[in-house]
Amino acid sequence: MTDPPAAESGPVIAPALEMRAITKRYPGVVANDRIDLKVRPGEIHALLGENGAGKTTLMNVLYGLAKPDEGQILLDGEEVHIAGPADAIARGVSMVHQHFMLIPVLSVADNILLGEETMRGPIFLDRAEARRRIIELGRRFGFEIDPDVRVGSLSVGWQQRVEILKALYRNARILVLDEPTAVLTPQETEEIFAVLRRLADEGHSILFISHKLYEVLEIADRITVLRRGRVVGQRLPAETNENDLAELMVGRGVQLTVDRGDSHPGEVALRVKGLHVKDDRGTEVVRGVDLEVRAGEILGIAGVAGNGQDELVEAIVGLRRPSAGTIALYGTDITGHSSRSINRAGVAYVPADRQRFGLVLSFPVADNLVLTSYHRPPFSGGPFGLFRNDAAIAAAAGDRVRQYDVRTPSVDVRCATLSGGNQQKLVVAREFDRDLKLLVLDQPTRGLDVGSIEFIHRQAIAKRDAGTATLLVSAELDEILEISDRIAVMFRGRIVGLFDGRAADKNEIGVLMATGGRDAAMLNAGVPA
Amino acid sequence: MSVAPDPVVSTPDVVGRARSLARRTWAVAAVPLVSIGLALLTSVFVIYAALLSTGRPLRLELPLEAYAALFDGAFGGFDEIVDTLAQSAPLILGGLSVALAFKAGLFNIGAQGQFLLGALGAVAVGVALKGQPVVIALPLALAAGMLAGAAWGFIPGALKAISGAHEVVTTIMLNYIALAVVAAAVSGPLDTPLSLEPLTDDVGNAALPILVGRNGHAGIVLAFLAVAAVSWLLFRTTRGFEIRTVGANPDAARYAGMRPRLLIVLTMSLAGLLAGASGATVLLGITRNMTAPYATTVGFDSIAVALLARSSPVGVVFAALLFGAMRAGAPLMSIRTLVPRELIDVVQATILLFLVANAVIRRVLALRGVRGGLEGVETITRSYGRDVTVR
Repeated sequence: MTDPPAAESGPVIAPALEMRAITKRYPGVVANDRIDLKVRPGEIHALLGENGAGKTTLMNVLYGLAKPDEGQILLDGEEVHIAGPADAIARGVSMVHQHFMLIPVLSVADNILLGEETMRGPIFLDRAEARRRIIELGRRFGFEIDPDVRVGSLSVGWQQRVEILKALYRNARILVLDEPTAVLTPQETEEIFAVLRRLADEGHSILFISHKLYEVLEIADRITVLRRGRVVGQRLPAETNENDLAELMVGRGVQLTVDRGDSHPGEVALRVKGLHVKDDRGTEVVRGVDLEVRAGEILGIAGVAGNGQDELVEAIVGLRRPSAGTIALYGTDITGHSSRSINRAGVAYVPADRQRFGLVLSFPVADNLVLTSYHRPPFSGGPFGLFRNDAAIAAAAGDRVRQYDVRTPSVDVRCATLSGGNQQKLVVAREFDRDLKLLVLDQPTRGLDVGSIEFIHRQAIAKRDAGTATLLVSAELDEILEISDRIAVMFRGRIVGLFDGRAADKNEIGVLMATGGRDAAMLNAGVPA
Repeated sequence: MSVAPDPVVSTPDVVGRARSLARRTWAVAAVPLVSIGLALLTSVFVIYAALLSTGRPLRLELPLEAYAALFDGAFGGFDEIVDTLAQSAPLILGGLSVALAFKAGLFNIGAQGQFLLGALGAVAVGVALKGQPVVIALPLALAAGMLAGAAWGFIPGALKAISGAHEVVTTIMLNYIALAVVAAAVSGPLDTPLSLEPLTDDVGNAALPILVGRNGHAGIVLAFLAVAAVSWLLFRTTRGFEIRTVGANPDAARYAGMRPRLLIVLTMSLAGLLAGASGATVLLGITRNMTAPYATTVGFDSIAVALLARSSPVGVVFAALLFGAMRAGAPLMSIRTLVPRELIDVVQATILLFLVANAVIRRVLALRGVRGGLEGVETITRSYGRDVTVR
């Protein structure tokens, strides 16, 4: 539980960053409870913890966004008081946020210069000097970038490199990366890891925030685990493993891979043929998709976000009218039917963005639990189902909250007060709690902690075993691999590969996700094992 | 409707229940109440300024006297209270109109135009039926006013549903068109030859009966019935749930299989109907005929009422009573203390300023556990950026 014995030998070097007994209280919670953290120069230090464990608060304290109630921050052994982000940057601490803070229409150079303008005289930008420095920095750390290219035209992986360049340009010595791999493909992740290694070798300290266990084990020199605002352990990657870390993080034994028996696929439940769908701007983003999902199986659709998965799903559940092709449910054509009639036919849908689509945050929990069934008896009654039956709604809400373990003080509190994991459990409770023909899950565990992920995967497999056909879309390849019986890879609006769920090779799928397969063989050779 | 005991919370004691109710009420009502208080406080300086500008000597106690007279004029006796109610009734109906639209995420600036059309519909049918028995003339004139208002609300609703045209723009334009329509009708087909100015006949038997006092017309009862009806619609029906969902999160409404376009048309029509009812009650209960520039600001004041009420139907009653009381009390204030009656417009506007700046209020007064965002204000600010309801 305390400091590991290793790595204290040799000459004593002051840690690049030391946080001592940081305590931060918010009304009703202690977000950080006497947290100690030492990051040595040239070290990649992973901060591991579930949502709500206090990682973000701690980083906000470091970045000057929150003032600690107690405790000290030391940089290179000297105590500092960080007044705000500008002060933090001036002291060599930079943060790369999970959601990039880039302006897509500006060039790489302009993005980097923003807020840290290199000037020639009092008025003019010194673009030439800036370009020179950017190219040089990139070369030094193993990625050359054209400073004049528009950021919007870069891939997500390269945008992240621009964020890192931005920090380096400001002479950052301590880099904080908040879940940097959440949006990357496995290949991109490997590439960014290589960049981070180079940075560490040059003496930069990196604080790597994540809740992905295998990644942390791969990249970190040292791992600090937080739970409920406290440091519950420190580990060296060599002396730990995923199960050990998960147990530390959650506080109990967790099954990382859900037990699942063999699937027993029945007849074809969903049949999609030659489907074409346009996005909001009128661009065709689903370009001829054929797929089948059988009763009692989970078909996972792997793919980097933005390859048409959202539109495919929206077409299937009736929220978007396809421009061509057919969708059939147990042989009945449902192409172009309204979302309500498709819902009535036994299709449930867990949307990717629960706060935007799945929930009305300002409504009570009970109302959210009937958001897609409020119009059906017993929740409505009277002529044309005009009257709300509040008693039935409250009763059903109580049952579902209990059955699906949604942690809420009551069903009358506003949904916004629930944690992300409980909000998603609420959506799952609502959508799973009836007999279904087809279940469509779009990114069902995005941003959730290990415990909630486990719960939701269990529920999905229980539905599968009850004979429901399930379509799972996820940008998280591990999730796809974990619970899918068959895997389809989607790339630029087409299905470019189909795999058996148990025999699938992660690397092969990763390459397909990134390239669509045309030059897969070539790229595969260049990917580190 | 029976309410089953909450299955999650073990039946709390009565004291706890009362305390939680008080806490929730405070959370919702704190910002409006503080805004009213601050507005009355700042208006003190306006009173001094008005006094000094007339060259009279400064009397420190004048604001207190003015507010006392305002209160006396509004609540000082039976007739005064009835007067306050009569002034409040159209504001209640108009406030409901704007509040209902806010609930659906729509900003009905068009209450003014719908009010005018409601008055016009009522006078047209009322004059035509003025010799008929009351039981025929009154309901038909009222219904005509409501339908005319509903039609005037339907237009921007349909335009938004079909083409995405923003209701803020279309309702403002329709307000001007309503003015022109009233002028054309009153100086044309409805004009009475007895007067030189454009003026309609009296509505005769279609007038709302006076129930109490001088001005206690039956429209007051109608207004309170409308409060009950709108509350019931919003909170006890599935249609109301849909309206509130579209307003709170249009994307979630679509996801849930609701039809935002249809709901927009329905809500705007209902909002028009309520504002139309407001116009009809003023015409049938107070003026009984119509002049060509039918001078009124009820439609615009209704926006202030709805904002102050945080779009709650019950809150609308209190907000309308406040504004109605100020209208009823202003004459006595200006007679007794010589403070110009326009002061109440200043108070009204200042209340709104504080409401909109509620974040400042909450910070300065360190109000904990108080809800900040105003549904109405959010609707207004959201109105201009993205339009998510139509796809």
